[in-house]
Amino acid sequence: MMLYKMMRSAVSELGVNKLRTALTMLGIVIGVGAVIALMSVGQGASKGIAAEVNALGSNLLFVEPGAPGEETDTEGFSTASFTLTADDVEALRQSTALPNVEAVSAVSQIPLDSQVTAGGNTAQVTMTATDEYFMAVRDFELEAGSYFSAQDLDRKTRNTVLGSQTAIDLFGSAEAAIGQKVRINFGPFSLDLTVIGVMKERGASGEGSEDEQMFMPLSTFQARVPFARSPTGGQSVSQIVIKVDDSGKVDSSAEQVRSVLLTEHDFSEDFTVKTQNDLKSTAENVGKVMTILLGAIAGISLFVGGIGIMNIMLVSVSERTREIGIRKAVGARRNDILTQFIVETVVVTLLGGLVGVALGVTVALTIDGHEFGTGSSIGTAVTPLSVGIAFFVSAIIGLFFGIYPAFRASRLDPIEALRTE
Amino acid sequence: MIRLRNVVKLYRAGSVVVPALRGITLDIERGDFVSIIGSSGSGKSTLMNIIGCLDRPTRGTFELAGHDVSKLSDDQLAYARGRQIGFVFQAFNLLPRMSALEQVELPLTYRGGKNQRRSAMKALADVGLGDRMHHKPNQLSGGQQQRVAIARALVGEPSVILADEPTGALDTKTTADVMDIFVRLNRVQGMTVIFVTHEPEVASYTDRVIQLRDGMIVSDTVATSPPLGAIQEHEVLWGPGIKGLRPVLQSEAPA
Ligand SMILES: Nc1ncnc2c1ncn2[C@@H]1O[C@H](COP(=O)(O)OP(=O)(O)OP(=O)(O)O)[C@@H](O)[C@H]1O
Ligand SMILES: [Mg+2]
Repeated sequence: MMLYKMMRSAVSELGVNKLRTALTMLGIVIGVGAVIALMSVGQGASKGIAAEVNALGSNLLFVEPGAPGEETDTEGFSTASFTLTADDVEALRQSTALPNVEAVSAVSQIPLDSQVTAGGNTAQVTMTATDEYFMAVRDFELEAGSYFSAQDLDRKTRNTVLGSQTAIDLFGSAEAAIGQKVRINFGPFSLDLTVIGVMKERGASGEGSEDEQMFMPLSTFQARVPFARSPTGGQSVSQIVIKVDDSGKVDSSAEQVRSVLLTEHDFSEDFTVKTQNDLKSTAENVGKVMTILLGAIAGISLFVGGIGIMNIMLVSVSERTREIGIRKAVGARRNDILTQFIVETVVVTLLGGLVGVALGVTVALTIDGHEFGTGSSIGTAVTPLSVGIAFFVSAIIGLFFGIYPAFRASRLDPIEALRTE
Repeated sequence: MIRLRNVVKLYRAGSVVVPALRGITLDIERGDFVSIIGSSGSGKSTLMNIIGCLDRPTRGTFELAGHDVSKLSDDQLAYARGRQIGFVFQAFNLLPRMSALEQVELPLTYRGGKNQRRSAMKALADVGLGDRMHHKPNQLSGGQQQRVAIARALVGEPSVILADEPTGALDTKTTADVMDIFVRLNRVQGMTVIFVTHEPEVASYTDRVIQLRDGMIVSDTVATSPPLGAIQEHEVLWGPGIKGLRPVLQSEAPA
C-alpha cells in the first residue's frame, strides 16, 4: 500500500479512540518537552559561563598555582598551593622575553563571600586583593574617586575601592561612598578600611557579579589578614593576570610566560598558564556535561513514554486481531501489516514530538531569566539542534517501540485471527 | 483448476488430535458451480479455508491453477489470496470503520495498480449497491453488507469465489438476492463458485453438490435437473437471459 494511504488510514485510526491516542501521546509529549526544556537550561548555562569569561576582559592570560592538569583549588586558600609569589610577579614585569605583555597584575581572592558593614548596612562581597595594575589589566573603570596607587601598596594603606552595587547597597550612591569607612569581617578577623573609589557598573554576568566586590591593596591584605600568608611566610598570590597587547599573540605569550616562570621556579612546573580560551573551553565542557546529564534524564522519560506507546500498540493489535485477519484474507502480506502498524506508531510519536517541542520551547522561554529563589537567574537557550534531536528521537522511539507490536500483528495466522471476536 | 489429493487436516486441541479432514480427493474445474453440504463439524469450513489458501493441509496435495499450494510461503499464500481467490464469509467480515467503497478497494490497495477506485465502484454497482458506496457497515442491512463482501471478493477478478455459508446469517428473501448474484457470476461471467451451505434449497442452485461427513466426502452428485422452484425464481429475477442459459447447462451435465 502506498505510504500516503497508510498515513491517512493511520490518522483516521488514531482518531477513533481520541482519548487513548492523547494519553499515549502524552508520554512522548512530556518526554520531548523535558528534553528540550532541560537541554535549554544546560545550553543556557554554558552560554552564560562563556559570556562571563568574555566579560573578564580581552587578551588575558591567567597563571594559577598547581601543575597543569592537576586539579587544585585555584583560589589557593584551602590547598597548599602557595607556589605563586610576589617574586614571580616581579620577574614577569622585569622580563625582557615577554614582548607582547602589556601589564601584569597579582590577585588574591577570598573564595567565599565576606561580610562588609558601614553604618547600619551590610553587604556580601567578594574580597579581591590586588595591585595598581588591576584596573588596566581587567578593563575596569572608575565611577567616582580614585584607584590605588603604587604608594598604597608600598605603604600598605587601609584604602578600599568598591564595586558599583556594593557602594549602592551600603551608601546609596557611588559619590556618597567616597571617604566613608567600612568594616570587613573575615570570620573572627575584621578590618576597617576607607573608601577611596567606586568602580563603574560591569553589568550582570551570572553568579558572583563583579559589581558586588571590594578591592584592597594586596600588600595590606597580606600584612593584615593572617591566613593570606603562605606557610613559609612568603607573599603568595592566588592568581596572576596578564594582559597581552595583541589577540594574535595570546598563545605565544602564554608559552613565553611559562618559560619565564619555569626559570624562576627552577624548572619545576608547579603552576599553570591558561588563556581565556582555556577557561572558555573548560566552561563549555561544564555546560556540555550539564546538557548531556539533563538531556539523559529527560531521555529516560522519553524512553518511558516509548514503553507506554508499545503497551498501547500491543493492546491495539490484540483488539484489532480480527481486522488483521480480514486484511490478510484479502491479500495483505506480512510486510503490509507490519508497515501499517509501524506507520501508526510513528505517526503518534511524531505528533507527540511536535506537541512536545511546542511545550518544551514554551517552558524554556518561561523559565528564561527567572531566579526561582536561587539568587541567580537561570538562562535558557533553545537551539535548533535540541529541537532536531528531540524530534528525531521521538520518531526513532516510534520506530523502535512500534516494531515489536507490528511484528506480532504481521505474524498472526489469518484463520486464527478471523476466528477471534 | 482445483485438485485435492488425499488432503488430511489435523487439529491439535491440547493432547487430542482432531482430524477435521480425513483424506479428501476432489477436482473442480473452471466455471464449476459447486455447493458443499454436511452436518456441523463435518469439515466444510476446514476444506474451504484450505482451498482459499488461508490454511495448509497437514498431509496430501492441493493444486490451485497448477501450483502446489502446500509448498508456498506465507507471503505467496497471501499473494494467491489477493489474485486467485475471492472469499465471502458467513459473518461478512467487513471492517467496521470503512465505507463500502473503501472495503471493496482494500484488496486492490494490497496489489497496487491503477484505477483502484473505479474498479471498486464498478464492483459495487455490479452487486446493486451503486447508491450505497459511502455507507459504513452499520448503516447497511445484512444482505447489503454481504453484497459489499461479495463485491470485495469480486473486485480483484479472482479465478474462484469461495463462500462459507454466505447466507447463514440472512433471511429467505435476502438469501435469494445474494444467491442470485452468485448464479449470475457463474452463469454470465463464467466464474468458478464454491459455497458451503446447510440449506438444501440453497444447494439446489448449484450444478454439483458435495456432501461431507466426518471429514470425508460421502457423495458428489451432479444435478441433472435443478429443482423447479430454483428455476422459476431465476426466471422471475433474471428474465430470459438466464433462462436461455439453462439448456446449455443441462446438456453440459456429465453422466
Ligand atoms: N482450530 C481448531 N482447533 C481444533 N479443532 C478444530 C479447529 N477448527 C476446526 N476444528 C475441528 O475440526 C472439525 C471440522 O470443523 P469445521 O469448522 O471445518 O466444521 P464445519 O463443517 O465448518 O462446521 P459448521 O457447519 O458448524 O461450520 C470440527 O470437529 C472442529 O471441532
Ligand atoms: Mg463452518
